[in-house]
Amino acid sequence: MSMYTISPAPHIKSKDSTNRIMWFVVAAILPTAIAGVWIFGPHAAWLILASVAAAVLTEAALGRLMKKPVTVTDGSAVITGLLLACNLPAGAPVWIAVLGSFFAIAIVKCAFGGLGKNIFNPALAGRAFLMLSWPAHMTTWQNPRFWPDVVSSATPLAKNAVEIMGPGSKPSLWDMFIGNRGGCIGEVCVIAILVGAGFLLYKGYIKWYTPIVYILTVGILSRLAGGSFIFSILAGGLMFGAFFMATDMVTTPLTPGGQALFGLGCGIITFAIRKWGGYPEGVSYSILIMNAATPMIDRLTKRRVFGKKKR
Amino acid sequence: MLKSFFGGVHPPGFKTSTKNKNIRPAALPKKIILPLSQHTGSSAEPVVSPGDYVEAGAVIAKATGFISSNIHSSVSGKVLAIEPAAHPVLGKCRAIIIEPELQQKRLDSIKDCADSGFDPGKLNPADILDAVSSAGIVGMGGAAFPAHVKLSPPKNKKIDTLIINAAECEPYLTCDHRLLLERPIDIINGIKILANVLGVKKCIVGIEDNKCDSAEVIRNASILKSDIKVVPLHTKYPQGSEKQLIDAMLDKEVPSGGLPFDAGVVVHNVATALAIYEAVALNKPLYERVVTVSGDCIKDPANLLVKIGTPASELAAECGGFIKKPKKIIFGGPMMGVAQPSEDAPVIKGTSGILFLSKDIAGEYNEGVCIRCGACVRACPMYLEPTTIYYAAKKARFDIVNDLCALDCIECGACSFDCPARLELSGIIKYAKAMIKK
Repeated sequence: MSMYTISPAPHIKSKDSTNRIMWFVVAAILPTAIAGVWIFGPHAAWLILASVAAAVLTEAALGRLMKKPVTVTDGSAVITGLLLACNLPAGAPVWIAVLGSFFAIAIVKCAFGGLGKNIFNPALAGRAFLMLSWPAHMTTWQNPRFWPDVVSSATPLAKNAVEIMGPGSKPSLWDMFIGNRGGCIGEVCVIAILVGAGFLLYKGYIKWYTPIVYILTVGILSRLAGGSFIFSILAGGLMFGAFFMATDMVTTPLTPGGQALFGLGCGIITFAIRKWGGYPEGVSYSILIMNAATPMIDRLTKRRVFGKKKR
Repeated sequence: MLKSFFGGVHPPGFKTSTKNKNIRPAALPKKIILPLSQHTGSSAEPVVSPGDYVEAGAVIAKATGFISSNIHSSVSGKVLAIEPAAHPVLGKCRAIIIEPELQQKRLDSIKDCADSGFDPGKLNPADILDAVSSAGIVGMGGAAFPAHVKLSPPKNKKIDTLIINAAECEPYLTCDHRLLLERPIDIINGIKILANVLGVKKCIVGIEDNKCDSAEVIRNASILKSDIKVVPLHTKYPQGSEKQLIDAMLDKEVPSGGLPFDAGVVVHNVATALAIYEAVALNKPLYERVVTVSGDCIKDPANLLVKIGTPASELAAECGGFIKKPKKIIFGGPMMGVAQPSEDAPVIKGTSGILFLSKDIAGEYNEGVCIRCGACVRACPMYLEPTTIYYAAKKARFDIVNDLCALDCIECGACSFDCPARLELSGIIKYAKAMIKK
């Protein structure tokens, strides 16, 4: 036996492990989640806790059941739980969050082989499952707790679904920016989203290609269609989806070019659903559809190998 | 504007422990191990037998073809044996073992300084090639390709540029940096000899911008005397890879499967340029070289002038021994170097560093699963998709591996370095390449 370890080069590795990246992403989502709780009140906190706990427990239980190493410490289940909760209306019952997380982890992630193997973004697929099964719970929006009228209203996008991109709709752009509006827990406070996204961009854990192309596409298309650029990019879940879900590593293309194309596709579909679709908001479906297109995009965007002619 | 290439990674430099230390000669070892294969190509054939007495600089094994290289004794003493011994790259290799005598003698033909009136520009190219080939000079940056082959471009290739590779992008290594600071005039003369053989006017020295002091020294030394240009390069790994260096400095891509010749370029390492000067001007064969001995386990890291054939164990002792238990011994740099099973392997012509690393630096990792983060894709300087190749290789689908252009991989290890799942991407790709070639 050798006294020394033999292994292939390189013999040093970068600091960034999968776990480290995942926990940094958790940290980046927290400002948004905390803003959601601040805006909508304590029930939002219960939803977030229930959702995260359900995600983690589901992954741990399934790991044990399938005799696989327990992987919950890698933080990815926590991310799924957090993202799912951020995609729920603040007034949804707690069991909705639990069921959604269970579906996201058990069916969308683990059934496909666990971390790194899932085709669809688990949190978004979980949300789609809830939308189909309990549409009433999923579309009853709560107003911010500072408003006198605490009865449910609609998201700014739904209020005028036909002329959604039109200016002059309530609330003001500033309210939309700081989160003083109805909507899902995690989508309303744009400034909190930007803080977390800026951190991830600075650390290099997400790249700008997808979110920036995505947001610009929606903005420009809306403007061309006669709407407002600013309103269209602040409204709905676009900011949250673009920075935290369209950048999910597992379910999006590998190359920078592919990631830009992914963002473009998401932008076009989001715009189309908002403009002509039956749903008020298209962010989650656009990302899910583009998730399905990811293997094809990967094929289309293979890079030219160094020293070879363009293929 | 700093010149650079696309892709790459930024490993920590680890150079501070040796970059300000003068080169000093290492003590005479108790035993010298000279493997018959220290170069790319066919092994040399011994011309001495056990019991023979040899002087330092004497040929002890002759090249066995064009792509091969002579081997010279690095000490005077008695040939003990010709037998398989530890080799830093091949594991085991037939070697000539020599016991040095106390009073060292070297061949009289070796000079201490060049003749007065020595002019590298006036030499006859054929004589230079002859001197380089008989001195057994190989590329000293690591690949150990016989230098005379690199100086004999095919007739149909027009060579217009000579690049001197002083990037030294591997962490820890500072031997080239020290040579530039301490032997600038000799290196410049070496570069002029190379330019003479190749018949090129354009000579450029590429130095990473973390070694500005050496760039300055070379610039001052070459001023008014020649058209040697110093080009600062972005400090990024693998800046010193031949293909990436040519891309960065000349904006030219070496075609897939081709050689620098195909881009009209010849690349030589700084240490090789110096060795060529010594061979041509001083008649000195390649039997010693500068080696950086470093790592967090070494008490007193150093840049040592080492007799080729000195075992690693002697160099560790020379540098004050260990302050921590080494987990890995590496010949070369930490990115591309070879991990050793023991301290027995000797310094060979291509050994630029020997590192003794503890588990704090050379940690052991379990492979996770790919999360498709794309870090390897962004890191790959050859624009490959390491993760895709990795999974195809794991399924033994070498046809797919080949379609993914795995043969273009330069095995720099940038992908494995940046992989958060700690996949042994470059290790597996190296294996897959061997399987394709089979």
